[in-house]
Amino acid sequence: MPALPDGEPVPPDGTLPAAVARTAHDGGTRAPGPAPAGRFGVYVHVPFCSVRCGYCDFNTYTAAELGGGASQVAYADTALREVDLAARVLADAGLSGREVSTVFVGGGTPTMLPAGDLGRIVRRIDATWGLAEGAEVTTEANPDSVTPESLAVLADAGFTRVSFGMQSAVPHVLATLERTHDPDRIPDVVRWARDAGLDVSLDLIYGTPGESLADWRTSVETALATGVDHVSAYALVVEPGTKMAAQVRRGELTLPDEDDQAAKYELADDLLTAAGLDWYEVSNWARGAEHACRHNLAYWRGDDWWGIGPGAHSYVGAPAGGPADGVAGVRWWNVKHPRRYAALLEDGRSPGAGRELLTTAEAHLERVMLGVRLAEGLDLDVLEADGRRAVAGLVASGLLDGAAAVRGRAVLTRRGRLLADAVVRDLTV
Amino acid sequence: MPIPSAALSERIQPNATAPELIRNFCIIAHIDHGKSTLADRMLQLTGVVQPRDARAQYLDRMDIERERGITIKSQAVRMPWQLGEEPYALNMIDTPGHVDFTYEVSRSLAACEGAVLLVDAAQGIEAQTLANLYLAMEHDLEIIPVLNKIDLPAAQPEKYAAELAGLVGGEPEDVLRVSGKTGEGVEELLDRIVHRVPAPVGDPDAPARAMIFDSVYDTYRGVVTYVRAVDGDLNPRERIQMMSTKATHELLEIGVISPEAIKTNGLGVGEVGYLITGVKDVRQSKVGDTVTAANNPAEKPLGGYEDPKPMVFSGLYPIDGSDYPTLRDALDKLKLNDAALNYEPETSVALGFGFRVGFLGLLHLEIVRERLEREFDLDLISTAPNVVYDVTMEDGTEVKVTNPSEFPGGRIKDVREPIVKATVLTPSEFVGAVMGLCTDRRGQLDGMDYLSEDRVELRWTLPLAEIVFDFFDALKSRTRGYASLDYEPSGDQAADLVKVDILLQGDQVDAFSAIVHKDAAYEYGVKMTAKLKEIIPRQQFEVPIQAAVGARIIARETVRAIRKDVLAKCYGGDISRKRKLLEKQKEGKKRMKNIGSVEVPKEAFISALSSDGAGGKDGGKDKKK
Repeated sequence: MPALPDGEPVPPDGTLPAAVARTAHDGGTRAPGPAPAGRFGVYVHVPFCSVRCGYCDFNTYTAAELGGGASQVAYADTALREVDLAARVLADAGLSGREVSTVFVGGGTPTMLPAGDLGRIVRRIDATWGLAEGAEVTTEANPDSVTPESLAVLADAGFTRVSFGMQSAVPHVLATLERTHDPDRIPDVVRWARDAGLDVSLDLIYGTPGESLADWRTSVETALATGVDHVSAYALVVEPGTKMAAQVRRGELTLPDEDDQAAKYELADDLLTAAGLDWYEVSNWARGAEHACRHNLAYWRGDDWWGIGPGAHSYVGAPAGGPADGVAGVRWWNVKHPRRYAALLEDGRSPGAGRELLTTAEAHLERVMLGVRLAEGLDLDVLEADGRRAVAGLVASGLLDGAAAVRGRAVLTRRGRLLADAVVRDLTV
Repeated sequence: MPIPSAALSERIQPNATAPELIRNFCIIAHIDHGKSTLADRMLQLTGVVQPRDARAQYLDRMDIERERGITIKSQAVRMPWQLGEEPYALNMIDTPGHVDFTYEVSRSLAACEGAVLLVDAAQGIEAQTLANLYLAMEHDLEIIPVLNKIDLPAAQPEKYAAELAGLVGGEPEDVLRVSGKTGEGVEELLDRIVHRVPAPVGDPDAPARAMIFDSVYDTYRGVVTYVRAVDGDLNPRERIQMMSTKATHELLEIGVISPEAIKTNGLGVGEVGYLITGVKDVRQSKVGDTVTAANNPAEKPLGGYEDPKPMVFSGLYPIDGSDYPTLRDALDKLKLNDAALNYEPETSVALGFGFRVGFLGLLHLEIVRERLEREFDLDLISTAPNVVYDVTMEDGTEVKVTNPSEFPGGRIKDVREPIVKATVLTPSEFVGAVMGLCTDRRGQLDGMDYLSEDRVELRWTLPLAEIVFDFFDALKSRTRGYASLDYEPSGDQAADLVKVDILLQGDQVDAFSAIVHKDAAYEYGVKMTAKLKEIIPRQQFEVPIQAAVGARIIARETVRAIRKDVLAKCYGGDISRKRKLLEKQKEGKKRMKNIGSVEVPKEAFISALSSDGAGGKDGGKDKKK
């Protein structure tokens, strides 16, 4: 995981800044505001893996790297403590009236935890805030670490969706990525998950050193052959500090070329679209809106979420009435190391390591940056005058869809999707 | 007893010293050959500076000079000395040590009757020293050859004494051997100065005439003018007149430096000292001009006055456009102390608002640029230096071109470019390398001589344009640092020159236009387009980079369109980092210059214009290798 952002400290008890609260903390001088707007999601980070992959920069640890209160065995109990803390902090801020629309358990490898432990965490979330009718509850999973039985336990525990880290169907690509799973298992695990009643997504990575266009085609076609309803496809990014970055530095691996990545993106988009999976976000395709990942959509739409676990980020936006005191939202992040995370919670303290109070300008930039990634696009009224003036040029240069612009929305063309960051810079001059 | 007693000192008081007790001399030396150390040692031996006060290299006032070990502005120090039973006043006039300041050197030399030719005993004479030696000989100065640094293990006094004796005449044994560092031989040197340097001659009863050999702006005192009195007597109660402009000034103060300013009642025949008139700009007190008394002016000025003429031009632009007023004020301030600096506002499509600045030469350019950046905290882009071209059109119109982008199109009859006489001193093993370089740069060999059995002097006529870019670096690298170079302006010549323009997506980038010889145009075009291809970031569209002479495209490269500029993953934990990245990119966008619709980072301009860039002269360098 990359270094945590710079920010101001989080108070030891985790209290939210007054600007985003719906009640005052100091004895109630401020009248209770309207009920919190928007949806509310919970992210749970599970910081364990059996091995660390060479490209991975996520906050994750192998069993050998951890011990004591941070161990896998004790982890669920530690996470439950943060659920309790979250309940108190949100209640204090007058933000407890919302059911949970989505839960997403990511990692790491969540399925390193016994399915029963994952179930306990979901049940506590339900008990605390209530899971909304039809809530989406996803877990990531390694194709190696599931069985038909464990998937059934997950479904029983309330999970509705599973996302497998397939990455590639090609052995030499998986070897470069240091993924240990057997690619032949993919069709099986997808079938088992569907049999258990779970919605299934497959994650793919393109642009791995040594991967040919044909290799990539094989991977996408293999994924589609399972009949899966959702695919995420990510360009490999070699993050500093990873083993792969060192291999690139030593000349053992050649960095993925961006033109090659662009060609692979276009190939994936062609194949996925032809198979009936439409893009709904730059790196995500689904068979109709009902198979899109609603938890991730919540991030891109600017909804609130609480992130449980070491290194997890959380976000609470401005009250429905608009930004107060120039603060348009708060984002905070937990300490990274599981041991320190566990120790803080055992002490009854917030595991928050830092936070940032977003200015209106920052919140605006985030809104454009996230909203424009979606197929539904961004309401042009959100843009400031300079940004609106840039729209015509972006349509003219083929980056924004002209028809959508006429309907009042900024929607990326396919070329625009590959140049989304440039579009954002133009729209937020 | 080198320092005269009080009684003897009475005879060498300022404005009361007989000319026969005065000795005016300078030290001719290459950078690093130890002039300042020797001067410091003389100041100590004559008691002018107590050892405990000695600041290393006392005479070099400015930081840059101290760091670079070079002297930009000369000064004069009066030192007492005794030889036998006679007291003497020695005036040591410090000379600038670089090729760009030949005129100032010549004025300093004109203020002296003798010159110490100081040469590092481990290195031998360098081209600039040789050039200044010839200049001193032209002024009929008595030359005292001296080898310095004889304490160094690498010193070869026999070899270089023979070389010096060969140059100035005399026997190798007559060459003094000193060490400014240890002081060895310095007393003998002072004695020899008294012996050998002629006393100044002048008419005490004639109208006053004094030659300005330096003028320095001081924040507190205004302009301090250094003069050598020739005839008559300048007197603090009189108004003075500058003979070139006929401007008169009140004389607020007159005195000598020893080593701090000491007010006197005047300056008599042969004396060296300073004047303060209250003027604020060194242009009102020009080096080479003659000062006379306003109420009894001399009829004829002393000879040799010239107006400083800029030889090399460069555009200076602030990297941050909002620094333009600061740059303007900074140039105005530097100008007060630099009569050779001149500038005009200039606008570049690529670089915005700036100035076209004229310099005496490359070192002058570097010093000015460095002072602007250091003393005024400016970040600057400077365009590749160029010379002045005189263009005559077929209809007879004449155009003076100081900026290559203004080189006229249309029917040109004749283009003239400045040329220089250059002297290269090199170990004989590198003669081939030097000849290769100089002929590549359109040089004509005028002559060559052996200075000693393994050192050769080569004399060339070269277009100034061919040496303003990277000639010196190329010379050094081809001779493993052993060759040295000096040059002086030598008129102009007609040449077959063309302007090469660089176009980005069809739009001319004025900062990259260059005037090159017709035969070098293609190479310049190929190199510059290749270089720009490397440093211009990929845009959302394909960007052709072309080099053109007139309407004819001579080279072309293409920056392919960028296809991917998006972070694949953007989930909850990525948002803050991603936003900060975008904020940074947006900041970066502000440092971009738009050429048409192409965004070019300012760094690209700096990189393309830097001396390792594809300058026109660089093209020649590798041509035949």
